[in-house]
Formats: sequence, structure tokens, C-alpha cells
Amino acid sequence: MKNRYYKYSIVIFLIFTFFIFYYGLKEKNIYTPDDIKTKKFPNLILNDFYTNSETSFDDILIGSNYYLVNIWASWCLPCREEHPYLVQLKKNSSIKIIGINYKDKRDNALKFLDEYENPYLIILTDNNGMASIEIGAYGVPESFILNKEKKIIKKIIGPIDKKKFNEIKELIKK
Amino acid sequence: MKTRIILYIIFLLLAFSKSSFSNDQKLENKINKNLRCLICQGQSIYDSQSDFAESMKLVVKQKIESGMSEEEIYSFFKIQYGEWILYDPQFNTKNFALWLLPILVFLVGGIVILKKFRVSKKRL
Amino acid sequence: MILNYLGNFALLFCLIISLVIFITSISSLNNKNSFLKKNLNELLFFKFFFAVLSFSSLIILFVISEFSNETVLNNSHISKPLFYKISGTWGNHEGSLLLWLLVLTFFAFFYYLNSKNRPIDERLLTILFQEVIILGFLFFLLKASNPFNIIYPVPKEGLGLNPILQDPLLAIHPPVLYLGYVTTSIVFSSSLAGLIKGNINNLWAKDIKKWVFISWTFLTLGILLGSIWAYYELGWGGFWFWDPVENISLMPWLSLTALVHCVLALEKRSILHSWTVILSIITFTLGICGTFLVRSGILNSVHTFANDPERGLYILFFLFFLIFLSVFIYFIYEDKFELNNKNLNLYTKETSIILNNWFVMYFLSVILIGTVYPIFLEVLSNEKISVGPPFFNKLIIPFLIPFLIFMSIGPNLKWIKNNYFSKKLKLIIIFILSIILSILVSKFFGNTALNITILLAASLYLFIITIKDLIKKGFKNYSQTISHFGFSLLVLSILLNSIFSSEITSNMRVGDEIKFSNKIIKLQKLENTTEANFLKLIAYFKIEEKNKTELVLEPEIRIYDKPETITSEAAIKTDVFKDRFLVINLVKENEYLNVRYQEKPFMLWIWISAIIISLGGIINIFKKNEKQIL
Repeated sequence: MKNRYYKYSIVIFLIFTFFIFYYGLKEKNIYTPDDIKTKKFPNLILNDFYTNSETSFDDILIGSNYYLVNIWASWCLPCREEHPYLVQLKKNSSIKIIGINYKDKRDNALKFLDEYENPYLIILTDNNGMASIEIGAYGVPESFILNKEKKIIKKIIGPIDKKKFNEIKELIKK
Repeated sequence: MKTRIILYIIFLLLAFSKSSFSNDQKLENKINKNLRCLICQGQSIYDSQSDFAESMKLVVKQKIESGMSEEEIYSFFKIQYGEWILYDPQFNTKNFALWLLPILVFLVGGIVILKKFRVSKKRL
Repeated sequence: MILNYLGNFALLFCLIISLVIFITSISSLNNKNSFLKKNLNELLFFKFFFAVLSFSSLIILFVISEFSNETVLNNSHISKPLFYKISGTWGNHEGSLLLWLLVLTFFAFFYYLNSKNRPIDERLLTILFQEVIILGFLFFLLKASNPFNIIYPVPKEGLGLNPILQDPLLAIHPPVLYLGYVTTSIVFSSSLAGLIKGNINNLWAKDIKKWVFISWTFLTLGILLGSIWAYYELGWGGFWFWDPVENISLMPWLSLTALVHCVLALEKRSILHSWTVILSIITFTLGICGTFLVRSGILNSVHTFANDPERGLYILFFLFFLIFLSVFIYFIYEDKFELNNKNLNLYTKETSIILNNWFVMYFLSVILIGTVYPIFLEVLSNEKISVGPPFFNKLIIPFLIPFLIFMSIGPNLKWIKNNYFSKKLKLIIIFILSIILSILVSKFFGNTALNITILLAASLYLFIITIKDLIKKGFKNYSQTISHFGFSLLVLSILLNSIFSSEITSNMRVGDEIKFSNKIIKLQKLENTTEANFLKLIAYFKIEEKNKTELVLEPEIRIYDKPETITSEAAIKTDVFKDRFLVINLVKENEYLNVRYQEKPFMLWIWISAIIISLGGIINIFKKNEKQIL
């Protein structure tokens, strides 16, 4: 009798394992920290892209309902794709766009802005990528949308496309 | 048997008397080895050469210099990127099975073996 | 073009022969003069022949860069050196499966030739199970990963082979590993056949032992090759990352290690019948399970294979089919085991073998649980965690200490009864000696944690004891002593390596120099060259000690064009007692290089000790008569 129970339990355990693997196959195997949001945007002090003066985020994140912090670089191809959306978003008065120039050469970055128009209210530089990690980003491009209280309410990993653009517009309408 | 136990005790005392200090570089490497890179997802940031890993290493270094402890650094990254980033899974409600199951296997194995010996002793 | 069809048809012929054997073998089990029993040899040979034909067509397709073949297109290009064109044949999913099939058919044939002293029905059943496995692979090959898919119109250039796979070691690593995996399938089939026929006894153990050792030896060597490759190609001087793919190759190795010991106990003492069968089943299914975990992409790893969920699903079904098949056969025929009424005494060799199995199974369970737990957690609760080196180290190192001590004592015990402990004074002296030595080592040369110190003592103990045994006992049972000696050397070198390794990381421009203990490392110049299929940036480093040039290291960065990849080639200077390891890395948008210099003692001994371990296995395979042991 005891023998039979242990046989049953082995079979049940194996079936259970099978289903775990079966459903495990459907999960994507690349990890992205999508749902991880730091509660409050860290108050970093970075150098201004143009004037090179030290600027703190507390001084920038003032006077708007929403902010979009966008990490970009001239060498990053997807940044070119998302750029028109940022330019378009600039027209919206309820959001301020702040750029963080990531591991870039100044000349190339200037050329990039010349060529594709500058959507940013202010640009800060992140030469060694440390600021991006303090924010919680892991690549370029990446965008964070903050509300009035400097809380991150949305995180976009990768370029902003049409769908995500509409989501942003939806979000800042409220 | 007694001599062996005494030996063990002496040996343990000797080993404990050794001071265990570690310098910053060692701590830095240890932390780097325990953080998983998000770009090359099979490697620690110590082994990875991606941009992300390079920046992470700088941040780790800076945090150590600013006096943060190892645990504080881990919890900082855990908040930023999720528990996934730590190679050393913490012992908490969702991971206790991970830590205890192998021990359980060991104990069950021990019991099975012990039983076998008991049975064969009875037959003697 | 014609070769595509040839390869494909050869596979189909394989399938037909397999089906014929499969169907007729069931009906001819109890029929003495059946067609099959007379002709099985030829059939198995023809199947092997067609597998060879199919595999050689694929090799030729690779050599002539025939891009009408999809596999060639995806994994090769014209400018690749000939050697890598050939090794590229099994450097991809489809080709590696075909190689697997080739080895399977070869061993089925080889087994049948070399098992004449076994009962015919058992051999036939073994072949039957072997055919089940072969059919599984054949269907998989033909349906989900056919290496002979034709592309039209024919592209002019292929997409190239991942440059980190373009490496001589990686050309032989997979075949060696597959030889190991596939021989476990023979052990698996034979144990199931023996179980059904009620033949699991000491004679069976004596015959299957060879296969167990062959497979164990190949797996040991395969893992060694993979880890040497990881050492110089992947990253920054580590050789074992506890990466899922590495764990997966280690798991069957561990259960085989248990089996190697257990099969000896069965042979000499007629104990552990059922456990031997269970271990045979576990070993093989772990191999297939590993294939599933790697090829399906359910885990992410440094050693990426192109993965595809459809394939994963197929292997998953196949895996569980095999598991359930063997579990049910086991349950049904369980009572056919010889009744085991041997008495077990505490201080005997069989006890030490049982202890060995106990610990090895524990190590196996740590690795298995550590590897698959994230999958379970994600499916059940959608939480993602990583299980990495710290976990494995924490759970394995403490248990390694008693394991090593048992390993030193066990082999000197005798079967059945023993009075070994009359000589315990000597053992204790050696024990004290190794403790003192290890404390000295860790106290004066490195800062090590307590558990590492104890582990060092334990491995030193085993080291001394095995040397003593080698000298004293000479050629009596030396294969086992050699393997154990190799293992102690392995643990010892890994420990000393981890204690004494030192390194420095820095950003350097040409002309810069950094100080490292009493040495000065200079970056002298950079040079660009163009090679056949990549651009090369060589950095010349000079290491000076007391103003004398000690050595020049030339690490490289390679920029491959097809597919576009950047790799760092480390410069390694291997000496008897230490490796000097220098690797450079480009830093984005910056002129300087990121440089890491490491001194890693006893690296060479890690490889040597793994070779010594497998040497024990090789000796055992070729050992002629069975007068040894005892």
C-alpha cells in the first residue's frame, strides 16, 4: 500500500514538472526590468551639455505637470527612430523633455541635434553611464515619465514607437 | 574518536583566531561577481564587457568609496533592477525552497541509507 | 545541390531501417530463429552507414559553401578558413543533432558487436530501446531541424559562424561531449533491458561497466575542453561560471560518477541492484533534459544556441516520453530484482561507496534545483530571480569537506569486513599534518574564509593519502587511485588558484604604465591588421620586474564582419605554477583601453588534474583482466 502511494506521488510530481517546463517555454527568457520603478526620481547632479555647469535635477523638475527624461546617444541607431516622436511631444505644453546624453562624443552629439532638431528643454551629460544606473536604466534609448511629485509613472525601455507615443499622450492628458 | 573531536576543536579555534579583513578591491570584485549583467544576461558584470557592465562597475566602486556596505549596495541594485540582478538569491519566502530542498534531499538520502543499515543489522 | 538530396535520403533510409528494427524486434523477442536475430548486425551497420553518408554530405556542403542549404547559409561564409568550415558542421543546432544521431547509430552497432556474451533477448531489447531513442532523434531532425533545407534562389554569401565559436577547442569539444552523452544511452537501454529480463546482477554489472567508464571518461574530457575554452575565450579569466549550460553538462557527469562507484559495488558484492538501474535512468534523462534546457532557450546562458520554442516543445515531449517509459518499466518489473539480503557492515568499502553516492546525489540535487528553480518560480509566481555562483559555493563547499575525507579513507577499506582502523594513528598524523599546512597557507599567504581553510585541509589530506597509496600499492587498483589523486589535485588547484589569484584593472592609453605589486605593466603600442575574416587590434604590453623585461603580452581585439561581432582575445602566458592573463576591452567613445591583468596560480594544474581524473577512467576501460580491486 505504502509502495503504491510513493509510485503515485512520483508520477504526479513528474507530471507537475512537465507542466512547469511546458509553461516555462512560453515565458520569454530575456529579462527586462519593466515593472521595476524606483519610487522617486533620484536627485542627481550632472553637468549641463552646453554650459558644462553643474545642474541638479531638483532645479530642473519644477513647474510642469509631467516630465520625460530621455537617455540618448548619437551612436545609437534606435534613438534616431524615436527622435521624431520626441520632437512632436515637445509641442505638448504639459510635459517637459529632459535629455541625458549617454557616453557620447560632444561633436557627434551636436551634429545629431543639428540634423534631427533638438526636442530637449535641457540636456545633461552622462559620460561614464553612472547617472543612468542611478536612475535605473540599462541601455539607450530609455525614457522615464515623471509626474509632478517626481515619481516615475512610466518607463519605456527601447525606442518610443507610435504605440508608445500614443500611450504617453494618453497618460499626460489626465 | 575523542582525539579526533579534540583535534577539530583546536583546529576551529586556530582558524577563527585569524582576522578576516578584506580590502576594497577584493570587496569590489566580490560585489561585481554577484551582480548579473542585463546586457549579456549569462554573465556577471565582473565577466561582462558591455557598456552597462562597465558603468555598473564604476557605480559599485563609487558606492564602496562613499562608505556603503555590501548589503546596502545589493539592496540599492535590487530596488533599481529587481531581485533578478543578484546572483546570490536571498533567503526569503519565495526562495526558501531553493535553499532547503537540497538539504532535504541530503537528509532523506541519509535516512534511507540509515534504514538500510538498520535492516541489515537486524538480520545479523 | 545533389548532396542536399543525398543527405536527406540517407536520413530517410535511416528512419526506414530504424522502423524495421523497431517493429520486427518486438515480434521476434521470443522467437529463436527470427529474421532479425540473424540480420540485426547488418541492419545496424547499414543504418550507421547511412548516418555517415548523411553527415558527410553535410560536411561537404559546408566545405564547398553550398548556400542553397539553409544550415550552411546560416552558419558559414566563403572567407572562413577550411578548418572552421568543417567544424562549423556541428557548431550549430541542426548539424550537432546530426552528429548526435551519427554517434547514436555507431554505438548501437558497436554495442551489438561487443555484447555477444549477453543473452540474445537482452541485447535485442537494448537495441529496441536504442531504436526508440534513435527514432526520436530522427523525427526531430526530419521534422523540426532538418539540416538539409533548401533555399531558393541561392544566396551568394552566407551569414557566417559566430566568431567565438571559431576556435580549435570548440571544434572537438562537442563531439567528445556527445560521445559521453550517447554512451549513457547504451547504459540506459541496457539497464532497462536487463530489468525487464531480470538480468540485473553482478555479471551484468561487469559487462556494462566498460560502457559506464567510457561515457564517464568522455564526459570528463568534454567538460574539461569546454572549460578551457571558457577560460581563454569567454570573459575575464574564469573557467567555471556555474552557468546553466555548464551545470547541465555537470549533472550527468555527477550521476555517472555515482554510477561508476555503484556499478563496482554491484559487480563485486551484488548489492545496490535497483539503485544502479535508477542511476542509469537518471543519467541519461539528465542528458536529454540538458538538451531540452539548452536548446529550447528556457534558460539564458552565455553559451547561447539559436533557440526556438517549437524545438523545445518537441524535446520536452520526447524527454517526458522517455522518463515515463522508464518509470513505468521500472514500476512494472521492480519485483524482478534479485532479493538483496546481504549484510552491510559499517567499516567496509560498500559503505564508503554508499556514502559517495549519497554526497554525489546531494551535489547533483544542489545543481539541479539551482538550475531549474528559477523556471518553477517564474511559472508559479511570475517572479524572476537568478541563481549563481554564490549559491552553489555556499551549498557545495561545506559538504565537500566530509566528502573528501571519506574519499581518502574509503578506498583503503575492504569489501565485507574490515579492520582498517587499527592503523588509525598514521591517518591521524597525516590529518594533523594537512591541517597545519593549510592553516599556514591561508594564514600567511592569503585571507581566506574558515570554510576554505578547512576545505584546503581536507583536500590536502586526500592528496597525501592518494600519493601514499600510489607509492605503496603500486599497480594494484591504480586506476581508481589515479582518479582520486586527480580529484584531490583538482580541488587543491582550484582552491589555491582562488586564494592566490591577484589582479588589477585600469584604463590605459599608449605609453601608460601601471604598478602591480613589484611589477610595472606598460602599454607600448597598438597595431591594426587585417586578417582573412576579421580586423585585428593588437596591444603590446611589456611586464617589467626590477627594470628587466620579464615578458611581453599581446592581447587582441577582433572585429569580425560576418556576423559583425567584437571579441577580446586574452593574452595568456602559462607557466608551471602560474598563468599570466591579460585582456583588453574597448571603451565606447574613448581612446583608452580597459585593461585587466591577472596572475592566476596553478591554472595549468586544474587542467592536468582533470586529465589525470579521466586517465583513471581510460585505464579502467583498457584494463584486461578483472583481477584488480578488492
